[in-house]
Amino acid sequence: MTPNHIWLILLAATGVTFWLGESGLSGSPGMAPVLVMFALAFVKALLVMRDFMELRHAPALWRWLLQGWLVLVTTGIVLAYWIGQR
Amino acid sequence: MTLRNTMPDPPRLVGDLAVWLIIVAEMLAFCILFLSYAFARAKDVALFNASQSTLDLHSGAINTVLLITGSWCVVRAVQAVRVDASPSGARWLGAALVCGAGFVTLKVLEFSAKADAGIDLSTNTFFMFYLLLTGFHFLHVIAAMLFLTLLLFKTLQGAYGSSDSHALESGAAFWHMVDLLWIVLFPLVYVMR
Repeated sequence: MTPNHIWLILLAATGVTFWLGESGLSGSPGMAPVLVMFALAFVKALLVMRDFMELRHAPALWRWLLQGWLVLVTTGIVLAYWIGQR
Repeated sequence: MTLRNTMPDPPRLVGDLAVWLIIVAEMLAFCILFLSYAFARAKDVALFNASQSTLDLHSGAINTVLLITGSWCVVRAVQAVRVDASPSGARWLGAALVCGAGFVTLKVLEFSAKADAGIDLSTNTFFMFYLLLTGFHFLHVIAAMLFLTLLLFKTLQGAYGSSDSHALESGAAFWHMVDLLWIVLFPLVYVMR
């Protein structure tokens, strides 16, 4: 994938997240909207880290430090959302 | 083809180690803010949802597009400079700065609309987090733009090229971090309800 492809994927994913909010689907009951939203954010952030920040070719420690951050942040947010729904 | 050419490049952290240490420190700070927001929201979902509905989703989405596009421009700038095409690199950096300026303009309008509505840090828990998170992020966009402006001038002077693009790569990494943080911030603060 070239940076141009990645840019288009990032734009498309942003469009889906916006549509979830705009259509009101983000407020529908259950975990589905928030899971979709943060799965998209996860993929977007991963692409920025690996391809734009060039961590794909970085020493493993740095790659896992940032990817670990992403896992912690997204799972933490989803967990908090789940707690808020109970 | 010689054996040397078939060997993969050794792993390399693109940019300066000091800048990467700053990036990690900033990301840790934002991690704490993001999770604090999420867990504070879990305690008072109704208040957060009611306050969030006053935010402009359109401007949040346009800002996401601006930062993503800015990041893409910076990637193209680094690619250009690496093949010694400095004028092209400078144009891509200029395009990234235009995206950054668009983000800053929309954010200033958003902040001033909130201030006009009498909203400040003490309004409620949601707005305290909203102002802290987006305000702190806003300062990082400004810092990244200053960094990039300096790099643009140096690129125009032909300071970087295939043999040395280290400083440009460092600035690029910081710029991408700002984009990365907004990618999480936008669904968290503007969309999740």
